[in-house]
Amino acid sequence: MAVSQEEHLKELSKGYRFDWKDPSHSVFEPKRGLSTQVVEEISELKSEPDWMRRYRLKALKHFESRPMPWWGADLSDIDFENIYYFIRSTEKQAQNWEDLPEDIRGTWDKLGIPEAEKKYLGGVSAQYESEVVYHKIKQELDEIGVIFTDMDSALRDYPDLVKEYFGTIIPPNDNKFAALNTAVWSGGSFIYVPPGVAVDIPLQAYFRINAENMGQFERTLIIADEGSYVHYVEGCSAPIYTSDSLHSAVVEIVAKKGARVRYTTIQNWSTNVYNLVTKRAAAYEDSVMEWIDGNIGSKVTMKYPSIYLLGKGARGEVLSVAFAGKGMHTDAGGKAVHAAPYTTSVINSKSVSKDGGRTGYRGLVRVEPDAHHAKSTVRCDALILDDESRSDTYPYIEVEDETAALGHEATVSKVGDDQLFYLMSRGLSEAEATAMIVNGFIEPITRELPMEYAVELNRLIELQMEGSVG
Amino acid sequence: MSENNGRAMLEIRDLRAEVEGKEILKGIDLTVTQGETHALMGPNGSGKSTLSNIIMGRPGYVLTGGDVIFKGEKITGLTTDDRAKRGLFLALQYPTEVPGVSVVNFLRTAYQAVKGEQMSALAFRKHMKEQMDRLGIEDAMVQRYVNQGFSGGEKKRNEVLQLAVLQPEIAILDETDSGLDIDSLKLVAGGVAELVGPELGVLLITHYQRILNYIAADRVHVMMQGRIVRSGGPELASELEEKGYEGIREELGLEDAPNAAKPVGAPE
Repeated sequence: MAVSQEEHLKELSKGYRFDWKDPSHSVFEPKRGLSTQVVEEISELKSEPDWMRRYRLKALKHFESRPMPWWGADLSDIDFENIYYFIRSTEKQAQNWEDLPEDIRGTWDKLGIPEAEKKYLGGVSAQYESEVVYHKIKQELDEIGVIFTDMDSALRDYPDLVKEYFGTIIPPNDNKFAALNTAVWSGGSFIYVPPGVAVDIPLQAYFRINAENMGQFERTLIIADEGSYVHYVEGCSAPIYTSDSLHSAVVEIVAKKGARVRYTTIQNWSTNVYNLVTKRAAAYEDSVMEWIDGNIGSKVTMKYPSIYLLGKGARGEVLSVAFAGKGMHTDAGGKAVHAAPYTTSVINSKSVSKDGGRTGYRGLVRVEPDAHHAKSTVRCDALILDDESRSDTYPYIEVEDETAALGHEATVSKVGDDQLFYLMSRGLSEAEATAMIVNGFIEPITRELPMEYAVELNRLIELQMEGSVG
Repeated sequence: MSENNGRAMLEIRDLRAEVEGKEILKGIDLTVTQGETHALMGPNGSGKSTLSNIIMGRPGYVLTGGDVIFKGEKITGLTTDDRAKRGLFLALQYPTEVPGVSVVNFLRTAYQAVKGEQMSALAFRKHMKEQMDRLGIEDAMVQRYVNQGFSGGEKKRNEVLQLAVLQPEIAILDETDSGLDIDSLKLVAGGVAELVGPELGVLLITHYQRILNYIAADRVHVMMQGRIVRSGGPELASELEEKGYEGIREELGLEDAPNAAKPVGAPE
């Protein structure tokens, strides 16, 4: 995307442009640390049904009994006792931006959410700390039966649907952080698209952390009924603090027969946020599931969007971009499990590391017995911008059916002096030239995005190129 | 005098340079004024490409003496992009691929960088289209990624398109004719000839006289062993064609000692 030179230069001089802090808006005194009591309180504040309260408590036990992951990034500095697990910022969810407290509204304005809502979105959910403070869906979508609401409201308003699917794709004991999320989850999105309905404009959620040492644990569930289509987009940011915050979400998706779900993430946490997210989709017969995962910020990210191809002819794609700058470690990738015949998967991962940052691709392709004629293509490309930075690849392949056709390709490259000289001889500064090379490198992913998001992703990359001139 | 009736001048004075510790340029003096076309001819290894790279400030090429002055100012300490912004252009002998970046995006970004001004996508497209029409370049080419999968001729035509779009005052064309078959040469050289005029000064670096059949040079310089050994009018090119570099070498009593490094960016 061509971003104008002037805007571009202005952006480059700003650094992380999401670093502002609103004063605290907590409607009660938040407490640090995790205990049975904290979990009970969250459930009570939300007036949840008893089954959810018990579900949470069971998940807490799983969390406490499981060891920290021994693989991936270094998580030893997370201080679970220092985290706020629940902060309520407003008494009541707004349907109009005007109804929000002024500085919270200012935050959304600065992030451009109300403007985007007007221009090109079908619905918006805005989560601030633990809860969704603003929510709205276009009336036309509401009228044809599309449900797009926050998870807390869904549990209240659509209890049967939630109970049927909640925790079925990612059970509480799936991994330590899924267990943590299940115990203390709050906010997130719930989407149901009725059979045959195509939602042709994206639904968007934006997650904002404002407080220091915040733990944000949103929970998202998307059910695309037979032959339906939906594109869901999420973005996020936080102010920079000297001590760490934790974001640990769980996202469950069900794509029923012939449905297509596209889930796009533009993750731009500040560099004091641990981002440990579990995302998984179940794809039934002839359905299509696409994860488009842009990871630009955070201190540590561990995230491997997965697709379980459960019906004949289902197709899954994971397209991801990971960036790691100074002090950052992004361990990302994807997982495709072929559990039905004639299923296909594509994993395409691009990573960029600079200033000592570290990226890793970690992926699994598994073909179950009897999932005959499965096809899978994995491609991971790493671009390393300097000698201090690092990139690793951990591809795992498990095949139990001999008719499977699998391809794997991996490349590691550096920005070449010849390329830089060429672009600089056309008037681009070294930082601009590097940004252009990087944006070209991730173009196979950005071209899949709606233009607005492609521009946003390119800009974020350009911002990260600031200071790349030695 | 550095300005010549308001026309930009590129002045090279007693220029000395080395690559990987080896002296390649041994005192070059040359002045190119906007509106003039100079051909710089010489055998392989005479230092022609080193001269073009030194003028543009390519890393790895070390200036050891002399000056490069453009529009009255010394430019030898400037970054490459700054030189481009001041109105210099180098068409590369081996243009690099830039995967994922379309020619049109690349051109627009470059245009805005060298001109230091904003231009709407629409206005830029109009400007670009005019230049494409002048050069007979079809739309499909500018939608492709920069130089990726381009034939040798397409790469060189893309360089000429950049020259046309960016409108520098002085352009150095480093062996823009090398590696081209006769049809491609006609197209590329015809494009350059179309651009030559009072607004453009050209330093045309070449081995062969044949490109001068399409582009009329005002001055011809012969370079050997890091020095300009003869300068003259267009007739010098014909003389060279007749006698070969060998003939000139014998005439001047030079030893046969090519000394240049392998050009940077040359395919392995």
